[in-house]
Amino acid sequence: MTATTLTSTQGAGRAGDKVFSGAALAAGCLILAVLFGVALFLVVQAVPALTAPADKIQGGQGFFAYIWPIVIGTLFAAVIALVIATPIAIGVALFISHFAPRGLASGLGYVVDLLAAIPSVVYGAWGAAFLAKEISPAYGWLAANMGWLPIFEGPASTTGKTILTAGIVLAVMVLPIITSLSREIFLQTPKLHEEAALALGATRWEMIKMAVLPFARPGIISAIMLGLGRALGETMAVALVLSSGALTASLIQSGNQTIAAEIALNFPEASGLKVSTLIAAGLVLFVITLAVNMIARWVITRHKDFSGAN
Amino acid sequence: MSKRIDVKDLNVYYGDFLAVEDVSINIEAKSVTAFIGPSGCGKSTFLRTLNRMHEVIPGARVEGEVLLDGDNLYGPGVDPVTVRSQIGMVFQRPNPFPTMSIRDNVLAGVKLNNKKISKGEADVLVERSLKGANLWNEVKDRLAKPGSGLSGGQQQRLCIARAIAVEPQVILMDEPCSALDPISTLAIEDLINELKDQYTVVIVTHNMQQAARVSDKTAFFNIAGTGKPGKLIEYGDTHTIFSNPVQKATEDYVSGRFG
Repeated sequence: MTATTLTSTQGAGRAGDKVFSGAALAAGCLILAVLFGVALFLVVQAVPALTAPADKIQGGQGFFAYIWPIVIGTLFAAVIALVIATPIAIGVALFISHFAPRGLASGLGYVVDLLAAIPSVVYGAWGAAFLAKEISPAYGWLAANMGWLPIFEGPASTTGKTILTAGIVLAVMVLPIITSLSREIFLQTPKLHEEAALALGATRWEMIKMAVLPFARPGIISAIMLGLGRALGETMAVALVLSSGALTASLIQSGNQTIAAEIALNFPEASGLKVSTLIAAGLVLFVITLAVNMIARWVITRHKDFSGAN
Repeated sequence: MSKRIDVKDLNVYYGDFLAVEDVSINIEAKSVTAFIGPSGCGKSTFLRTLNRMHEVIPGARVEGEVLLDGDNLYGPGVDPVTVRSQIGMVFQRPNPFPTMSIRDNVLAGVKLNNKKISKGEADVLVERSLKGANLWNEVKDRLAKPGSGLSGGQQQRLCIARAIAVEPQVILMDEPCSALDPISTLAIEDLINELKDQYTVVIVTHNMQQAARVSDKTAFFNIAGTGKPGKLIEYGDTHTIFSNPVQKATEDYVSGRFG
């Protein structure tokens, strides 16, 4: 009698458990299936471009010669965006979480989140019509005074539609992502550790260095990687802002191109092998993003012992 | 290397709310003073005002004077950062920095304010502080491991080592054993007995036996009711407080009749 009551598995709770675990499993599988489907589509469609004779590909020198300048261009734009956005975003996030009075902090947080709500085409239009024009005198100055650096080599673009302008626009676009994620992490810093630092005689900045930043480090890296993902894939803003062209080391001349903008600008009129080539370019972008995310994961797990999770 | 604390007519407020009313108390150098009393009576709040840690809580402020060997902690131009480097604190829950090794935890306070310290000096200081906290033998082979891997009691002793590494005048302890098992508690209590040879120790505790075991003097705080301010009811030699208190409320509390 007792044995049967112990082994019986009837009841609504058990059924609910099964439904829930089934739903969770299905959701998990769906993500994998979608990812696999996209990857399969990219590979299958890209094969003609990867196997075609070199002279049939745009530029006439094969797929590799076609793709590597725009890979470099993509990385240029994304790196510029992150170099500009990361310090500002962390500064703003720290200000909101640890320095600003409470009223100002919530208002400022709201404004930063609003930045993320602006459509990318609006950023593109702003960058092309306003920022590029306003910033071109600065490029002239850079070319005149720091032209000995290859990245600031003249003659500067007079329209201002350069990869640097595109990078600045991208920086504004990734800023809210990095800021709001970092802010959330900073706010989660255990009070315990902040007070430990203060009780040792730390100033507010020393407390942040001792307790907040080490605790938030994995979160900051994740935030930067999400921002990088956005910067690598952003299409519209770059397509509008950048006057594209051949790969050039100078950031203040027109030229360079990103993969996403290249696909967007050429896809509507493309046919046959050209479509394949563009999809292969998409595959390369996919691989880059994947690699970036895996590196980020690796960086985070490398310090797991000291993460405070144990 | 230890100083006395004299508190004169101290009121503590959270915003407009008076949390602790009119406390005057003289804490001797190189002694252990225990604060006891029911929850919410303001003893932890009062302890925090002794090194200005209450200022971390928004809206908290004090009126009155806290004198460290005659210098007012709340005098004009006094930097709370300097105050806290002189008056260290150990908290209720062990809080070593999880991202730092055991060694770096001990050195955390010393490295503040861009103080430079050679590796040899650091080694000596780490050993001395950990020995001072009775932790050296347990961790000497794993100084580079994270402090969060230690047991709760070891972590709390690491926090004490971190506090004494900066050579403070006074060490404040806010219920340092409430998260620990009896064995670890005993280790901390033994340590407190040794610490008073060099430091002035002030400890808040809920455990009356602990207060009786470790302290030279005991202060009993009480609260008249919810929303009323906490007050210092009686302060005297620990022996007197526990065996022959003057106030009825103290006697009721230490004999377990309430609280």
